[in-house]
Amino acid sequence: MDLRNTWDKWPDANGRFGEFGGRYVAETLMPLILDLEKEYRAAKLDPAFKAQMDDMWAHYVGRPSPLYFAERLTEHFGGAKIYFKRDELNHTGAHKINNCLGQVLLAMRMGKTRIIAETGAGQHGVATATICARFGLKCVVFMGETDVERQKPNVFRMRLLGAEIVPVSSGTGTLKDAMNEALRDWVTNVDDTFYCIGTAAGPHPYPEMVRDFQSIIGIEAREQILEREGRLPDAVMACIGGGSNAIGLFHPFINDEGVRLIGVEAAGHGIETGEHAAALNGGRPGILHGNRTYLLQTDDGQIVDAHSISAGLDYPGIGPEHAFLRDTGRAEYLSCTDNEALAAFQLCTQLEGIIPALEPAHAIARVGDVLETMDKDGLLIMNLCGRGDKDVFSVAKALGFEI
Amino acid sequence: MPTSRITARFDKVKAENRAALVAYLMAGDPDLETSFDSMCALRDNGADIIEIGAPFTDPMADGPSIQRAGLRALANHTKLIDVIGLVARFRETDHATPVILMGYANPVHSLGYTAFAEAAHAAGIDGTILVDLPPEEDAELRAEYAKHDLSVIRLATPTTHEARMAKVADGASGFVYFVAVNGVTGAGSADPESIAGNVEMVRRVSGLPVCVGFGVKNGAQAAEMAKIADGVVVGSAFVEHAQSAHESGDYSKAPWGMGALAGELSAAIAAVVKA
Repeated sequence: MDLRNTWDKWPDANGRFGEFGGRYVAETLMPLILDLEKEYRAAKLDPAFKAQMDDMWAHYVGRPSPLYFAERLTEHFGGAKIYFKRDELNHTGAHKINNCLGQVLLAMRMGKTRIIAETGAGQHGVATATICARFGLKCVVFMGETDVERQKPNVFRMRLLGAEIVPVSSGTGTLKDAMNEALRDWVTNVDDTFYCIGTAAGPHPYPEMVRDFQSIIGIEAREQILEREGRLPDAVMACIGGGSNAIGLFHPFINDEGVRLIGVEAAGHGIETGEHAAALNGGRPGILHGNRTYLLQTDDGQIVDAHSISAGLDYPGIGPEHAFLRDTGRAEYLSCTDNEALAAFQLCTQLEGIIPALEPAHAIARVGDVLETMDKDGLLIMNLCGRGDKDVFSVAKALGFEI
Repeated sequence: MPTSRITARFDKVKAENRAALVAYLMAGDPDLETSFDSMCALRDNGADIIEIGAPFTDPMADGPSIQRAGLRALANHTKLIDVIGLVARFRETDHATPVILMGYANPVHSLGYTAFAEAAHAAGIDGTILVDLPPEEDAELRAEYAKHDLSVIRLATPTTHEARMAKVADGASGFVYFVAVNGVTGAGSADPESIAGNVEMVRRVSGLPVCVGFGVKNGAQAAEMAKIADGVVVGSAFVEHAQSAHESGDYSKAPWGMGALAGELSAAIAAVVKA
């Protein structure tokens, strides 16, 4: 099939990006996700919905986020110009709120009164709890027992915001188990509950819907770079866990085939060790959490726990659109180890005065390699999708400091 | 012919004016040998159809009992091919009791639909219930099943309205598994009266026998469900005997306990005379 200039046409009517995506859910949820799709289509066409989103983006989230020329990092590498899309400046400190806002407004439109969410590091949980507090909705956040223990500040934030935290002890007590438990809650509470998924994965229409809400990142970046430089960038780059910040940046450039799309997965202790979170570079296609996509799994199709120093990348799957972009070659996917991310975290902090989250530090770590493949007069945009305040404890521990 | 094993069993049950007892257990919990003994005990004590669970790390439709059963089976390194092997062994001496494999899509997808269908047929498996493979996503699997006369057993739930049921019925065979409550396995029980209309609708639209499950734990509940259903599915209550066996270290408690429960349930179901 000739895919040129039709990259933005996906998913198809069956919720598929090529052979990825779909709706792999229990029958109890099928009528719900079909209904959600219908409601989302209607909201998308409704000017009042868009106006409400725009208003909240401007006055509550703080959009547009700046496009910042990272001058000293550019000098450091001595290659193409590096720009940061500064989504870490959003309210709650990451890109997650772009999506939560959209989904919660949609839930309210559908008459739902109870919002559930899964969270790993707690960023999506905090963003969901924030929007729910703003609109006075009941919020229940599922979080693996292990994560509740290692992300105490975010757990407290969510509680302050009025959310109920449900520690999940089933399975291995991490993000994937929190997602299982959220799905179990949803099949039990089908009438009043809306499941606000935190990444561009899950059953159709979630990958499309989350991508659309996150595409504000790329839409703004495209306008901003045209204004600053008078031309499109040569490459755009982002870290990938489930892949929502990356697809949000990539998608508005997807038909611009001269723009390289580069994702960076978490290689943990190294892909060869088996302890990583690089589903595309170290996994194979399978079915989990409602979609067919690349997964970390055993020969027998059992899901393997992911590992990354960054809790936000610590998931054994990846959004189905990334699986499609990888297999078709439209996007490139690199990886970065825990140690490389730690070094990049410090480099960015020291040279730019910006403490990045450990997630985008993975992308920063590969910037040097990408620049080597680009001309000196090239332009690169990297999504600085979250700020690092939440990570100072784990970084201090990894570097051997006591605070 | 595998499908006819299911059909023949429902014909027999109907001739006896009663509902069928469908018993679920997890393969490899607490070990495969015990699962084999348990299957025999279930059959010998009145289970008409056996659902054999294939473990999965992420059972998002299951409650705590079956989640733990799956983790115990996985801790014993029970693989999908072992589950298939267990049925093959059961089939060496039992040619009549339908055996349905129940689980999640990924292990089957991982083995490959073609290879799985061939192996399942060779082992004497009659059909599968794959919880996260709705009608929208099982065309590829169905094409393979058609070559081997394996049944695709579909789930219907209280959220399945009549218009949707036509989609669920299309391509379904064997029977339809009606999930009585919105929730996970082992959760609260349904009031048979409140779902009688749904069960009737499912039977009418699908033209297949309807087995009702989720939340049925004892003879009294099974008898109530038998009044409205063609079959009654019991899972978590059986699985809890495997848990006791595991905890006590005396694995013989599993077939003994499951057999005793099957006896109680089948007697209670048989006491309900169907028109």
